[in-house]
Amino acid sequence: MKAKLTDKIATFFIVFFALLIVAVLVGLIGFILVRGLGYINWSFLTSPPQTIRAGGGIGPQLFNSLFLLVLTLIITIPLGLGAGIYMAEYAKPGKFTSAIRLVVEVLSSFPSIVIGLFGMLLIVNLLGFGFSLFSGAVVLTIFNLPLMVRITEQAFRSVPKEQKEAGLALGLSKWKIITSVLFPVALPSIVTGTVLASGRVFGEAAALLYTAGMSTPRLDFTDWNPMSPTSPINPFRPAETLAVHIWKINSEGLAPDAAQIAAGASAVLVILVLAFNLFARWIGGVLYKALTASKRMG
Amino acid sequence: MKTMDERPVQVGSARSGRFKKHHAEDLAGRSYTFICVALLIVIIISIVFFVASKGLSTFFRDGVSVSDFLFGSTWDPEGNQGDPVYGVLPFIFGSFATSLLAALIASPLSICASLFMTEIVPGWGKKLLQPVIELLAGIPSVVYGFVGLTVLVPFLRNVFPGQGIGIAAGSLVLSVMILPTITSVATDALSSLPRGLKESSFALGATRWQTISRVILPTVLPSILTGIVLGMARAFGEALAVQMVIGNAPHIPRSLFESASTLTSVITLDMGNTVMGSAHNDALWSMALALMFMTFIFVLLVRLLERRNRI
Amino acid sequence: MKIKKPLLMICTLALVVMLAACGSKDTQGGSSASGTANNDKSSELSGSVLAVGSTALQPLVEQAAQKFMAKPEYSKIQVQVQGGGSGTGLTQVAGGQADIGNSDVFAEEKLKDESKDLVDHQVGVIAMAPVTNKDVGVDNLTQKQLVDIFTGKVTNWKEVGGKDEPIVIVNRPSSSGTRKTFEKYALGQKTEDLKGSIQEESSGTVKKIVSETPGAIGYLALSYLDDKVNVVKYDGVEATVENVKSGKYPVWAYEHMYTKGEPKPEVKAFLDYMASDEIQNNDVVELGYIPVSQMEVKRDADGNITK
Repeated sequence: MKAKLTDKIATFFIVFFALLIVAVLVGLIGFILVRGLGYINWSFLTSPPQTIRAGGGIGPQLFNSLFLLVLTLIITIPLGLGAGIYMAEYAKPGKFTSAIRLVVEVLSSFPSIVIGLFGMLLIVNLLGFGFSLFSGAVVLTIFNLPLMVRITEQAFRSVPKEQKEAGLALGLSKWKIITSVLFPVALPSIVTGTVLASGRVFGEAAALLYTAGMSTPRLDFTDWNPMSPTSPINPFRPAETLAVHIWKINSEGLAPDAAQIAAGASAVLVILVLAFNLFARWIGGVLYKALTASKRMG
Repeated sequence: MKTMDERPVQVGSARSGRFKKHHAEDLAGRSYTFICVALLIVIIISIVFFVASKGLSTFFRDGVSVSDFLFGSTWDPEGNQGDPVYGVLPFIFGSFATSLLAALIASPLSICASLFMTEIVPGWGKKLLQPVIELLAGIPSVVYGFVGLTVLVPFLRNVFPGQGIGIAAGSLVLSVMILPTITSVATDALSSLPRGLKESSFALGATRWQTISRVILPTVLPSILTGIVLGMARAFGEALAVQMVIGNAPHIPRSLFESASTLTSVITLDMGNTVMGSAHNDALWSMALALMFMTFIFVLLVRLLERRNRI
Repeated sequence: MKIKKPLLMICTLALVVMLAACGSKDTQGGSSASGTANNDKSSELSGSVLAVGSTALQPLVEQAAQKFMAKPEYSKIQVQVQGGGSGTGLTQVAGGQADIGNSDVFAEEKLKDESKDLVDHQVGVIAMAPVTNKDVGVDNLTQKQLVDIFTGKVTNWKEVGGKDEPIVIVNRPSSSGTRKTFEKYALGQKTEDLKGSIQEESSGTVKKIVSETPGAIGYLALSYLDDKVNVVKYDGVEATVENVKSGKYPVWAYEHMYTKGEPKPEVKAFLDYMASDEIQNNDVVELGYIPVSQMEVKRDADGNITK
């Protein structure tokens, strides 16, 4: 009965380690939330940070993180969809296609700091965009693009063949089939994937240190002219995101409550990531239902 | 362009007006998607070009020999002991030590987690662990660094000799960060195994562990190795979380609990303080080039493993 | 790369146009071409000022910039302040990307030839003090003792009159301006990076590690000192503002704001404001710096002191 005993012991260890991982996560999230939640209130979330006095908030940083996400998505989605569609529908097996696959793979495994430095050299210094949201968004696009391409390609490939053939039988052009037959079916998985990938934008700090900068100019939230330097939606202003802010106050914070702000900001960041995870699942489900139901009706 | 020639056969030459519209539409779509793909290639070429052009000037302009750079163990870029010396061996050592150790810690945990999800309790096991793994992947690296510095370092300082800071702390933080990468690759591999494989093993009277250790794991080994390499690649490139807990002394440490450096930690530490174009700054770019080179090696490894997996 | 660069430029430009187009949708009322509003030419000064560099100086410049822009006569000037480190600041001001380069060190120490074009504007003095963990039992160190500690000759606190406890050095990276100042004026010599010593770039982390690690020694700017760490006297002199002003306490350095050549009028207006009593006597003091005007001694790039 040695085999049975070994089996029991092995099972015990597998379960033990699996639960250990759960415990690590619970401990991590618990630690962050317990330390940070007490500090989160409305004024913390909306007021600007203070340099040396207590009571500063993370308002502009929170806005910057969200706005940077929007900018990144504006650049990433059209490019990622295009490249993904090419890979799924147009690319033929061959040297060129496998070369692109290699490019996507390499791009997705580049260390973020290398891409950040590249952004600093080319976009910030050579092209003269300076430390700005735009520079940050371009760099984040480089991160997200390979992911986006993969997500799109997989989503298109998983569409049943019959749907495509039905389109061909109707005499539709290939592009028409892609946009009006395949795309709606692939959309739920693309959206879910995109939202999950967006979580990375919130967390990224190393690359943004060198591209989006570590400072936030005075923002005037009544000024919505994108060209005005104090406007929050001006894409060419420097912007410190929440993750960068945590890094900064951890290292240089002069305010007496720097530790609490770091804890509070970490908690906000983790809650945002949690929310994004839940939202991704929810929206995927909703879209799936909506799109499949509408097909039955039509 | 061949696909376009096939089209008129299906559409029928009688409707030539419609065909023209199709043609234009297709051409536009095809060109657009091709431009997107071409952009990917432009991006990667320019990254390689710009990082290399900066990184290579250490060797060509500043006259540091490649072997002194890679295998020199003295790092004194500001010339505190006479002439500046650029030996990055301690950082290469640190990077390899932290990422290997992290993989060593994370791999068994990840394999257990994926076995738990696919073999032990496929139902609720997956429901419980899947979100946990996704969340671990989603926690930002600065938060990992922050928790590492406030919880892990004091803990290590109290339990082990030394200052708590060092390769041990770095690799522990990294191991949690790469856990999701390895787990998700391993889980994908395990759940795509043909059912018959497992069932025939059970039919022969094997216990679950015997099936796992003699049938399942050997079959998915290349995939698991792929996951481990991907995890190591992530650990190798991670910057801020490591820099916060590793101590940053430019030496090969005598123990796991002594201050050390990685390639990434030195870059983050010194990049802002040095002037672009100075030899010290160029040396940092050379380290970035080394990081990039390692990425190629990791991708190559993954490719080799995948090829083995296919056979 | 000759072909690729323009292509990249075009792609970037296309993105810019796209972004601008997306952004203008959000404008509430007003024509989308109102972007030129801040380029009005009038008798008042207008334009934008970009100051980049030292993270140590950043809080002061930021605070001054906000007060500056709040003034009616300067309301058309936009001052942007960014960090990135002294090296980045000097790179960008020498390269023309920034109007002002903030630096903790004299430009001559970082740049070779380019530093000739740069004009120095000293806006404050920063002093730093050696600090230790509270448990070491030492409250005064001579220059000799400090040198022995930072060169690794002395490795236990009992050798300098403290407890029997190993010394843990918390240094700055060799590129750091703070370290340069400390080595030059406190130790009088350069030191190598010792095995086992910790290196942190930022004051916050240094303070955290020194306050938590038994036997730790490091150095911090006066603005970071509080009762979490033990501030050590240097050669019997306490690190106070008065002692720095009178020249008794030598471990200090200027904070510099460099311009390339003579500054543009709007840049000059801002630098004049930085040097005005309004900033020097309030914000500079509040943020833990010492006004240059109150210093009884002066120092040049080579460290020579004049009364």
